This record gives sequence, structure tokens and C-alpha cells, in this order.
Amino acid sequence: MIATIIQRAVMQGTPLLFGSTGEILTEKSGHLNLGIPGIMYVGAISGVAGSFIYEQSVASPDMMNPFLSILIPLICCLLGSALMGLIYCFLTVTLRANQNVTGLALTTFGIGIGNFFGGSLIKLVNSDVPSISLSSTSMIFKTQLPFADKLGWFGEIFLSYGFLVYVAIIVALVSSHILGKTRIGLHLRAVGESPETADAAGINVTGYKYIATCIGSAIAGLGGLYYVMDYANGVWSNNGFGDRGWLSIALVIFSVWRPSISILGSILFGFLYVIPTYIPDITVSTKKLFEMLPYVVTILVLVITSIRDRKENQPPASLGLAYFREER
Amino acid sequence: MEQKIALELKNITKSFGSVVANKNVSLQVRKGEILSILGENGSGKTTLMNMVSGIYYPDSGQMFIDGQEVEIASPKDAFNYKIGMIHQHFKLVDVFSAAENIVLGLEDEKGFDLPAYVEKIKEITEQYGFELDPYKKIYEMSVSEKQTVEIIKVLFRGADILILDEPTAVLTPQETLKLFAVLRNMRESGKAIIIITHKLHEVLSLSDSVAVLRKGEYIGTVKTAETNESQLTEMMVGKKISLNIERSEPVNCSDRIVVDKISCVNREGIKVLDDVSFTARSGEILGIAGIAGSGQRELLESIAGLQHLTSGEVLYHDPKTGKEERLRDKTPLEIRQMGVRLAFVPEDRLGMGLVGNMDIVDNMMLRSYKKGKSVFLQRKAPKSLADEIIDRLEVVTPSANTPVRRLSGGNVQKILVGREIASSPTVLMAAYPVRGLDINSSYTIYNLLNEQKQKGVAVIFVGEDLDVLLELCDRILVIGGGKIAGTVDGRTATKEEIGLLMTKTGHGDISDERGVNTNE
Repeated sequence: MIATIIQRAVMQGTPLLFGSTGEILTEKSGHLNLGIPGIMYVGAISGVAGSFIYEQSVASPDMMNPFLSILIPLICCLLGSALMGLIYCFLTVTLRANQNVTGLALTTFGIGIGNFFGGSLIKLVNSDVPSISLSSTSMIFKTQLPFADKLGWFGEIFLSYGFLVYVAIIVALVSSHILGKTRIGLHLRAVGESPETADAAGINVTGYKYIATCIGSAIAGLGGLYYVMDYANGVWSNNGFGDRGWLSIALVIFSVWRPSISILGSILFGFLYVIPTYIPDITVSTKKLFEMLPYVVTILVLVITSIRDRKENQPPASLGLAYFREER
Repeated sequence: MEQKIALELKNITKSFGSVVANKNVSLQVRKGEILSILGENGSGKTTLMNMVSGIYYPDSGQMFIDGQEVEIASPKDAFNYKIGMIHQHFKLVDVFSAAENIVLGLEDEKGFDLPAYVEKIKEITEQYGFELDPYKKIYEMSVSEKQTVEIIKVLFRGADILILDEPTAVLTPQETLKLFAVLRNMRESGKAIIIITHKLHEVLSLSDSVAVLRKGEYIGTVKTAETNESQLTEMMVGKKISLNIERSEPVNCSDRIVVDKISCVNREGIKVLDDVSFTARSGEILGIAGIAGSGQRELLESIAGLQHLTSGEVLYHDPKTGKEERLRDKTPLEIRQMGVRLAFVPEDRLGMGLVGNMDIVDNMMLRSYKKGKSVFLQRKAPKSLADEIIDRLEVVTPSANTPVRRLSGGNVQKILVGREIASSPTVLMAAYPVRGLDINSSYTIYNLLNEQKQKGVAVIFVGEDLDVLLELCDRILVIGGGKIAGTVDGRTATKEEIGLLMTKTGHGDISDERGVNTNE
């Protein structure tokens, strides 16, 4: 029972972990990308579209190459979400548009794109099901590690996931290392804290902002892909991804801009998300109250970090501010 | 034995638009020498050094490093020629440690090995006698420690020519002494050091030679050993120039604002005003002279109710009732509700005075909207006031509905002064009201101030041009390091007198020098 709850919590938390790691990288460059929810939709639908076309092109599911059926949606997803990141960068870095407005517009846009193609792709083929169901691809995405079902609770908690869960954790750990321990990380943080200082030190501020935002968006997009392919068994449903995008932005604050804390945070958020299902005789309204908890926790973290006022736990100092070098 | 010349400038000229910032400046600095560049505010010291460090590019003239002619087009070029500049405003990342800031932006073949860098930083600190913990975060540091980080940053990159822009402006006397000791160590090891300053006693105690600039012009270089304070002051302020500003005799003077022993501290906890007392009288223009950032801004803000005072009292004598009102610890709104009519033309026109994105009429309304009686705004009165100001002060604008930020600096200032005067004040305070204005606009402003004075308003004028202060003001208060250095009569005082008062803080004895933060 407990092992199952933890397992569900991890699965529920994985999209959030992708989203928050991506958003942390972006925010460390000084850009508050509120387009993350939309970007995750775009990442999901890009992967779905790639995979859908591939599944249609082979005669029967048995002939699908497992390697290709992972690679195609993965690449489509990364490209789709990175493209969204590029749009965001062009608007906010190059044209210096307001970051909040741009982000919110991208979210609306991304969700629309996702729902439009998610609902209409199926119409391209003569199918009797109303929405896309990529069960064969999903099976491959969900392949568990060996011995997962033979090692009891240990297997269930640690080995029973599709590969994207491990990717999420590895990406978060690698990001954490890069941010904290490397020259690239130092430069990136300098860009987000004080772009004029970074500029004076000869760091390519625009370059760092573009790269961090695009990579961050691509990582966030993987969260959408994981949700569709693994969590939802390859079935696209409109607005199915729900408010997970906003939760990942809340998770960024919760984890005080540290991807390593984000790993634990995502599991906690996932836990709060699934726990009502395991409470017997729970009413719908109580369930809704539980769904509120991650946000309440985030607000608590905000209050605590604001009161303690440690500089290390504050957002990057120039977050949300456009940078332009003064006229020489 | 003369050392080799490290840096030489020949006939450097630089202008911004029609303003000549540097005109034919030539100077040289040798290895193992400290050169001071002395001049008042706006004399072009910083511009000159910005050209050496690659931030600006000279219009004409030559630069030589180690005898070779060089072209410095960017900060990177300057860095390649081993020139390092420490700016007045530090460029540091607050949440990084000292070491992280020092190595920021370095491209190194080897990996990122912070402990190895820290070792190298420690070598530098030991060599020159700095005190610094490389792992300390910047936000936990005092101003002097931050400055140390900036200097080490430059040395870490191998600079041989160091330029320091007003390095002591933010330091306490003890910190200044420490800095000087370090600078002398660097001189011993053969570095060429240039410090930009306007403090005479520092020049005399630290440097080997002094180059003096006045209003962008190069006046000359003298050996410190062969000069004295009065010669330097004379070089710095020059002879009096006549401007022909009208000045009427003050009539019916009575005390209007009495400032009694006020003190206040800034956010860093440094005293910016220290026991300041003076009286502003009606029908008279009181000038305030001083090096920028000596406390002028805080002085005006404490009268306007924008500064928290740690001690002292500000009193206002109401001309109608004859009563005495206390202004300390009151907000601007409370002051107004008491019936005190203060007009304030702040230094920062578009920051504190006007809203850039709003048009002229709306900006007029900021002062008067509370007078409206219905729930709707009444634009008629402010509109006619705007038109009147545009007409009378010859504001160049497409219409009264043009956003203020689109107007030129002079026109913005006219609108601000016009609005403040329209409230028929009893006290008018203006901080640098002619800064950035052309001659004609400046005279318009002077005439407006004079007009107010004749109407019996107590005018307080903070200025930087001594010639203007001497011709416009009836009395001049000289402020230095947050203290009153002296009060002189505008009709009889000389420029040298004021110049000496302005720079005398400490008078060669650094121990009583006060750390004053320059304006942001």
C-alpha cells in the first residue's frame, strides 16, 4: 500500500520535476517564463504527433522499431518545446517585451495548439476511436527496469518506472551540478543576478539567456511528453495535463531555485496530488481541497523564505527585468 | 632616477553633442607613481579615464602605453594593455563570494577549480597587504571590502595601470588609511596608479603628481612636493567669470525655515547629515554649495518630509499666522495639510518630480487633483495652467497632451519648476535646476527664482557652478561631508574661498574625514 502510494507520487511528480528544472534554468538567466504550462502542452503534442505519424506509417504495431518509437517522439518533443523557448527569447531578450505578458500569451497559445492538434490529428485517419491512443508506443515508454516486479516493495518504489522518470532525476542532478559547480553555472547565475556585471566581465549575456531559456523549455517539454506517453498510457485527452504547468512553477519557488531540492519537492507535490485517492469515502469537495495543498505549501515556503530573508534563497536579483546595455 | 612612462595621453578631446567634456588633455603617468586627477564635479575627470579604460572613444588625440601608440576601442582592449579601472559604482554579484566575483568571466584552459583560484587570490592579498576573506559573500561585506574585491579583480587579471574613480568617497577614515597603504605598496611594486579625486588633502598626502582639470580643460600637472593647497584650489576653480545674472536686494527678510542641528543616516548606516543648522529667510535666495553627494539631497529631503532624522528639528514660520510649526517626522501630505506651502524641484526630475509617461496636463494634476470636488477629474484648471506654463516659459512641445518623457531635459525642467511655482509657495527648494540645460533655459530658470524671491518666497538653491551661485544667491552655505563648512555672503565671497571650504573636510588630517556616500 505505502509502496504504491510512493510509486504513484513519483509518477505524478515527474512532469512537475521536468517543468521546474526547466524553469529554474530559465529563471537563473533572469527570465521568468510563465509560458511553461503552454510549452509543456506543446512538448506533449509534438511528441504525440511524431509518434502518431510513425505508428501510422508502419503496418502493424509488431513491426515498430522500439528504438525509433522512442527517439521520434523524444526529438519532436524537444524541438517543439525548444521552438517555444526560442519564440519567448526572441520576444523578451531581443525585443525586450514584458516577460509576464509574453509568458502568459505563450501559455494560452501552447494549450490551444495542444488541444487543437490533439483533437484533430485523429481525423486524418479513418479511425473509430474519438481521440489519439498510442498504446504501443506507450508500452515502450513504460518499460520497467528488470526485476521491478520481483523485488517486492523495493522494486515497486525504485525500479517500476519508465525511463523518463530516471531521466528527470538525472537531468535535475546534472543541472544542479552545472549551476553550482562549474564555470558555465557561475556565468549563468551572474547573468541572472546582475547582467551588467556579467557584461562587464565579458560574458555573452544574450547568448546565455537564449541557451538557458531554450534548453529549459526543452526540458520542461519532456514533462508533457512523459505525462502523455507514460502516465496517461499514450491517450491524448484535451486539457488532460491540467494545471501541472503552474504547479511546476510553484515547485520552483518551493525548491528555492535548486533542482536537487526540486526532486524531493516533486515527490511531495505528487504525494499531495494522489493522497485523496487513497482516503476511503472521500467526497469530491474534500478532494478539491487536497488539490489545493501544493499551492498552500508553496505560499508557506514563500512566507518562510521572505521572513528569513537569506539572499541565497531569493529569486535571481534581475528576474523579470529586461537588460540592455546603455548607449556607449 | 626616473621610471619609465607607463601611460601618456596627448591632446585628447571628447565631446558629447555640443558639450565638450575633454579638450586637449595631455598627461603622463610613470611606473611606480601615483597620479591624482583633480577637478570639480563635471570637470571631465571620469570621462577622461573612461576613454583610457575603453568605455568611451576619444574624438581626437593619441594614447601611448610604454611608449607605443595604442588604440583602445573597448574595455577588452584596455584589459589587454593591462589597464584596470575601479569604478565608483561597483560591478559585483551580491550573492556570490568574493572569489567567485573575482574569477567571473575569466576564460581558462584548465577546468573550473575554485580552491586554486582562492590560493592565487590569497597570494595577491598578502603581496599588497589587503584584508579579504575570499569565501565571504558580497552582500555581507562593507563598502570597503567590496572595493577591495574590485581592486583584486583588476590585479588578478594582471593590470599594471590602475585607475580608481573617487575611491575614498564611500570609505570611512580608517578604511581610507588602509586603502592608501595598499596603494603605496602597489606603487612600490612598480604599478602606475591614477586616482580621480576632488579632495585636496588626499592628493597632497598620497600622490606624487597632480593633473588638474577644470570644465573639461587641462590646466596643468604639478609635482605634489612643489605645490600647496591654495595653488591647487586656484587651478581647480579658476578665476571668476561674470554671468550678468540679475540680483535684487533682499527686502523684508524674516526667518521662514529654521533647521536646527539635524542629523540623519543613510541605508548603510553612514551619517550623511551631521549636526546641520541654518536658516532660510523669506525674500532671499540661499545657495548651497558642495561637492556632489555631500548631503545636499538629504538636506532638502529632510525639509520636504522625505528623510527620517535621527536628531534635530525643522521649524517653519508661517507668514500668515506667525506661528511656528514643527516639520520633523511629518509626511509630505501632513506638511501640506498643515498649510505649509513647500515647493520642491528635486534633482531627479523624471524620478521624483514628474511622471514621464503622463502628459503635461496630468503632471499638473498630480499637485492639484485633491482639490476636485466631484468623483470625476476636472481637467480644465490644470489644462489652462499647462498652457500658461508652456506659453510663459516657452516650453517647446507639440501640445499640452504630449508625454513628458518625450520632451528635452530643459523643457521638462521648465514644466517642473513652472508647476511648483504655480502653487504659490512660501518656500521653494530647487536642486541643480539648471543641470543639463542650455544657456537660455538656464537664464529663464534664474529669472524665475529671482521673481519668486521678490515675491517674498524663501528660495533654497542647490547648485554646482560656483559662478552661478556667486551671482544668484544672497547667502551661500557650503556643505562638506554632511557638515556645514561655512556660510559666506554671495556678494563679497570669492570662488577660492568657497572652493577651499568645499574641499577642506579633514584639512589634511584624515582622521576627521567623514565617509559620505555619493548620490546614486
